[in-house]
Amino acid sequence: MSKLSNLFGKISEINSRYREPRIEMSGAVRKTLLVLRVYLLALVALMIYKFVAIVTQG
Amino acid sequence: MIIRPSATACRKGGTARVWNKDKEMNFFARLYYPLRKAWKAVGLYLVIAGPGIVVMVADNDAGGITTYAATGAKYGYHLIWFLLILIPVAYYVQEMTVRLGAVTKRGHAEAIFDGFGAFWGWFSLIDLLIVDWLTLVTEFVGMTAALAIFGVPPWITVVAVIMLMAVIVLNGRYWTFEKLALLFCALNLVYIPGAFLVHPSVRDILHQGLIPNFAGGFNGQLFFFLMANIGTTIAPWMLFFQQSAVVDKGMLEKDIPWGRFDTLLGSIVTVVVAVFIVIVTGTVLPGIDIDSAAQAATELMKTDRYVGTFLAIGLFDAGLLGAICISLASSWAFGEIFGWAHSLNTKIRQAPWFYTTYFLMLITSGLIVLIPNAPLVLITLFVQVIAVTLLPAALVFLILLLNDRTTMGERRNTLTQNLIGGFIVASIIVLSTLYGFSVLFPNLFK
Repeated sequence: MSKLSNLFGKISEINSRYREPRIEMSGAVRKTLLVLRVYLLALVALMIYKFVAIVTQG
Repeated sequence: MIIRPSATACRKGGTARVWNKDKEMNFFARLYYPLRKAWKAVGLYLVIAGPGIVVMVADNDAGGITTYAATGAKYGYHLIWFLLILIPVAYYVQEMTVRLGAVTKRGHAEAIFDGFGAFWGWFSLIDLLIVDWLTLVTEFVGMTAALAIFGVPPWITVVAVIMLMAVIVLNGRYWTFEKLALLFCALNLVYIPGAFLVHPSVRDILHQGLIPNFAGGFNGQLFFFLMANIGTTIAPWMLFFQQSAVVDKGMLEKDIPWGRFDTLLGSIVTVVVAVFIVIVTGTVLPGIDIDSAAQAATELMKTDRYVGTFLAIGLFDAGLLGAICISLASSWAFGEIFGWAHSLNTKIRQAPWFYTTYFLMLITSGLIVLIPNAPLVLITLFVQVIAVTLLPAALVFLILLLNDRTTMGERRNTLTQNLIGGFIVASIIVLSTLYGFSVLFPNLFK
């Protein structure tokens, strides 16, 4: 149990350490990251669709 | 006996014999220093060499060998020119990890956390873990299939591989690991004598292979093969592995030119090996549909026992090398983020979590292969799809990090590097995405 709480503690520490991105968030960087998010969301949606299709088809 | 000219003889012009001797001495003296310089350069390269060659040759893993074998069997020598184009593609992408690692002294996972924050960091780390684990399963599939040709049961292969990898990694020195890995890289060259054994027509290779052409016209199936070849050339774990290896090796900014040379040499070797695999299957198995490298080896055994044996040995070696590098890529990444000791220069007591992650990845993926009726084909297909979710992100982060003036200083990307790198990265993203789609929807390009 203590090991698990240690792990969560470590994750919180990592999250706080890297809370702020160090790269300067210029307009181009922001747009690139936005496109990347949209791309990944579309890809994940497609994978879920495919997974559901496989499961429903048996 | 050497007759040295006296000062008087020199002033007066001396005898012809003395001068000739002197000229000869000058010639050897002149030769001695460049040779010594070249020898020192070779020595220095051998010290620096490693990450580039290892990552590139390991890229010819079990999946890669299958792709090249299938390409040769399907299209003969006609796509060799396309493989040669992949040399600069692989070089430009991996070269950026050398610079980033040597300048920041951070692995790729830590660089992403630091540069883009915790969200993108966790996304990359967890995605890397999944991709690496699935890829490791495919490496074990390749290794067990290769040794099954010689009658070795899968469980013996899995146990032997894990023990061998423990010996390679647990010696407590990065240097030893790297040199052993280079030995396995050398074994990857087994396809070259294999190609000579099948007596291919050099004229056909030059005519069909080196002039860009699309055999049978540009259709969906050809496009699928082109995408598969690109997909096997650049894998997400390669970025993480090489950058972490550069850091673990302790490369400095002044070593970057050697790191570049190492990467270039590695990218040439990996493509040359791929070309020889294509030549082997293109010569012996033309028109045959190949589903796995083990199937190709079995088919080749029927024609030429030695060539089939070479392909099977090469497949095992490829899987082993891939497994070594992929499991290390994950362990390094986790060590960087969780702050554990994460160097091969540490003993198991000094870095328990680093080695635990390494062996946990290895043992669990090896066990999957031993489970009866495990969905191995599904896993093999899903590797490509999951990799598509990580590769674009990792490549985009790489370009952005290489443009960070604060961190990279003079080593940041130039305009030319950005144009070339940007074009390559954009092309890889588009083609690997389409490849991922074609795996999800097999009839998309047919």
